[in-house]
Amino acid sequence: MKISEIAELIKAEICTKNYDDSIDIFSACSADLMSDVMAFSKSNALLLTGLVNPQVIRTAEMMDIKAVVFVRGKKPLDNMIEMAEEKGIVLLATDYPMFVASGKLYKSGIHGRGD
Amino acid sequence: MNNVVVRDYIIPANDFTIAGEASSNVRKILSQIGVAPDIVKRTSIAMYEAEINAMIHGKGGQAHVEIDENKIVIRISDQGPGIEDLDLAMQEGYSTAPDSIREMGFGAGMGLSNIKKHSDILEINTAVNEGTTVLITVFFKQE
Ligand SMILES: Nc1ncnc2c1ncn2[C@@H]1O[C@H](COP(=O)(O)OP(=O)(O)OP(=O)(O)O)[C@@H](O)[C@H]1O
Ligand SMILES: [Mg+2]
Repeated sequence: MKISEIAELIKAEICTKNYDDSIDIFSACSADLMSDVMAFSKSNALLLTGLVNPQVIRTAEMMDIKAVVFVRGKKPLDNMIEMAEEKGIVLLATDYPMFVASGKLYKSGIHGRGD
Repeated sequence: MNNVVVRDYIIPANDFTIAGEASSNVRKILSQIGVAPDIVKRTSIAMYEAEINAMIHGKGGQAHVEIDENKIVIRISDQGPGIEDLDLAMQEGYSTAPDSIREMGFGAGMGLSNIKKHSDILEINTAVNEGTTVLITVFFKQE
């Protein structure tokens, strides 16, 4: 699923500029604990989180995570947006809570599978 | 053998804003020299976990990295409190991280086992009140 399709599906605002919409996202991980994200090893992945701090971006970078969705109306801080743009990571923000956002994506084919 | 890249980094204590800088930098170098993406990822995970540990638990420390054409060797050392029972610390779920660290998204007790999982050779030397050294080797060509 493309980033633009994900944004539409979960009514998310895209917070970073110049993103690559050819990326095909096929797995996802929902977590507030970056320790858990570090144990997740799928590729072309999306992260959904309620945690807002620069370590989220850093963790995404280390894990090759292409896009991060901040749930429940949380917005990434300016320094996080800057950092993400530098690393080519797309940041999105949705008002949906974690469970609902995850459910909508799962239902539309992002199953957390993949290698 | 002649092309050895050596890098040294300082890991500051309890500074979440720059935690991961060293790992991020090493990641860039590996990508630039054409190391396979899955190896870059394994190395990044292992080094990042060790870097965060040195920052959180070890009161900051140093990273020394050597890259040749076959492998990367990462030495992360600190002069912190050391680990009293290493076998226990290696177990998934064991953590002494305070709540302030949990609020930052860390402290699940998964780091050391994750480092072990993603490195080809792992050596940990630790002594109470002296510090901890984590030596990680990842080979670029998997046999
Ligand atoms: N460099 C270090 N100095 C002192 N103690 C350490 C060090 N690294 C690890 N430890 C001890 O080992 C425990 C387990 O480490 P581990 O990395 O597995 O988990 P964690 O850091 O607590 O949580 P997580 O890595 O999931 O964020 C730590 O809670 C700490 O008690
Ligand atoms: Mg750790």
